[in-house]
Amino acid sequence: MDPARLVRIDECQWQLPMSGAMRVPGVLYADEALIRDMDDKVAEQVANVAMLPGIVKASFAMPDAHWGYGFPIGGVAAFDPDEGGVVSAGGVGFDISCGVRMLRTGLTVAQVEPVKRVLAETLFERIPAGVGSTGTLRLSGDEMDAMLRGGASWAVAQGYGTPGDLERTEEHGRMAGADPRQVSDAAKRRQRDEMGTLGSGNHYLEVQRITDVYDGAIADAFGLAVDDVVVSIHCGSRGLGHQIGTEFLREMAIGAKDAGIVLPDRELACAPIHSALGERYLGAMRAAINCALANRQILTQMTRRAFRAVLPGAKLDLLYDVSHNTCKLETHVVDGKPRKLYVHRKGATRAFAPAHPDLPMAFYATGQPVLIGGSMGTASYVLAGTSQGAKEAFASACHGAGRSMSRHEATRKFGGRKVVDDLAARGIVIRSPSMRGVAEEAPLAYKDIAAVVEAAGRAGLARKVARVVPIACIKG
Amino acid sequence: MPGEDVAWEHFAHGADIGVRGIGATQAEAFEEAALAMTAVVADPARVAARIPTDLRCEAPDVELLFADWLNAVIYAMATHDLLLSRFEVRIHGHALTARAWGEHVDRERHQPAVEIKGATYTALSVAQRGDGAWVAQCVVDV
Repeated sequence: MDPARLVRIDECQWQLPMSGAMRVPGVLYADEALIRDMDDKVAEQVANVAMLPGIVKASFAMPDAHWGYGFPIGGVAAFDPDEGGVVSAGGVGFDISCGVRMLRTGLTVAQVEPVKRVLAETLFERIPAGVGSTGTLRLSGDEMDAMLRGGASWAVAQGYGTPGDLERTEEHGRMAGADPRQVSDAAKRRQRDEMGTLGSGNHYLEVQRITDVYDGAIADAFGLAVDDVVVSIHCGSRGLGHQIGTEFLREMAIGAKDAGIVLPDRELACAPIHSALGERYLGAMRAAINCALANRQILTQMTRRAFRAVLPGAKLDLLYDVSHNTCKLETHVVDGKPRKLYVHRKGATRAFAPAHPDLPMAFYATGQPVLIGGSMGTASYVLAGTSQGAKEAFASACHGAGRSMSRHEATRKFGGRKVVDDLAARGIVIRSPSMRGVAEEAPLAYKDIAAVVEAAGRAGLARKVARVVPIACIKG
Repeated sequence: MPGEDVAWEHFAHGADIGVRGIGATQAEAFEEAALAMTAVVADPARVAARIPTDLRCEAPDVELLFADWLNAVIYAMATHDLLLSRFEVRIHGHALTARAWGEHVDRERHQPAVEIKGATYTALSVAQRGDGAWVAQCVVDV
């Protein structure tokens, strides 16, 4: 993108001025190099989102923004229900509540390094990953509904984890307002074999070591120190979320005209929050959030069991679980007044500031842990929400690196086996059912995550706390 | 059998991948695009056309019909653990009936790269080219 089309506000903030049918300006958080690297489609999509009814303040793009569907990936927008505001199935996307959780193992690199191959093999055997993999859990109709209402709370009640895990999960492990009756039989059928599965594509389970701590006080509070070993799990609401996204995208695209909404892009399909369709979607989308939380909770307990099989006595504590494809009702101060807004984050992570009432006491002084997933073989980061960030983009930060190369190009350039061997030479064990999948997710197919995190920090969206790199990675 | 004017291809999208089918008729373009979608997951040449499955959908316009068609294929693959490699599509107005053939996923033999979450409305179009061929395309989320 040519920076000349933007107005530079400061080092890491740019404005896309209002034009045409835009109701608010666009705001992009990035340094100049990241802006130059962004597709022109990002500006186009930021502008399109700014045209939706009831949008408040601005249409935002995070430093990792790239061409998405309707919204840019890395897009944030809030809507006021009392000003005709909308909820957008396209804005949340297909992988509802896709997210990352991080577990502290209490182990150091020195303890894990000698057994990392056995550990990777054990995790790979026990964690269903990749196309066609199935979980061992089959839910009846009533059980499925209970899961969709209860989220991670349901999973803990079934023996997957401990009550302590719940306060370390957004929404305390259970998204309120979920309505399983709004989830179609087709969506439930698609989920039947997929509870406790990792999925494919950029989803992963990684054993990681902490290489750097940037903010000692917050890292202490998070229980993170250099050479500690942690585990990160990146996945979402699986087939259920994909089907809900598919069905409501269609219904909202068809219904927009009758609702008097002009869609600049059909993918921005949306409905007024105060409408039967909007409310049905919110009920179904919240059920999908619970499905994602339950799924990550089940995977967590499977990971604990796998660790203990190799390292008896290992105790994996959840640091936090964040979702990055959601629409949530939150209170934000706009022009000095608190307002209840529906905040869409599409490929963006919530980053609540210190003392936010929805955070557990453990994060009262630090702000919310913001987990930024890398890709296989690259670093990931832990950030923390800040007071300044709360005032910027509705307490939101980036979510990952974003691709720099298409899947096709990656497959042409990198052989899966060579990627595995190259990473092995760097001490990283990769286990995956698909070598082509590994090639498509090669580290060089992704942008530089360090630059993205640096820009998020300089823009004040979140504070950099720690950096981790993989020791072992289970890819779907 | 595919003729010279019948083909499928992929096109680049920032995060994901686009599928494009080209044919003498809309139906052929739809068939080819479905094949392009299978090729996102695995090499269609390695997928035996053994197990038949019937699909149908209806939509207010031909572009939504195309997205519905791909989503019907995605749903069949996801819920029956299938890869599909042969398609016969019939289109009557904005309604579609089809039979598809494939086989169950064999992770060793097919090396499936990625599962498809859904067909998006991004870069969605069904249109006739200057030479009369039909082109049906959209981005799929993987």
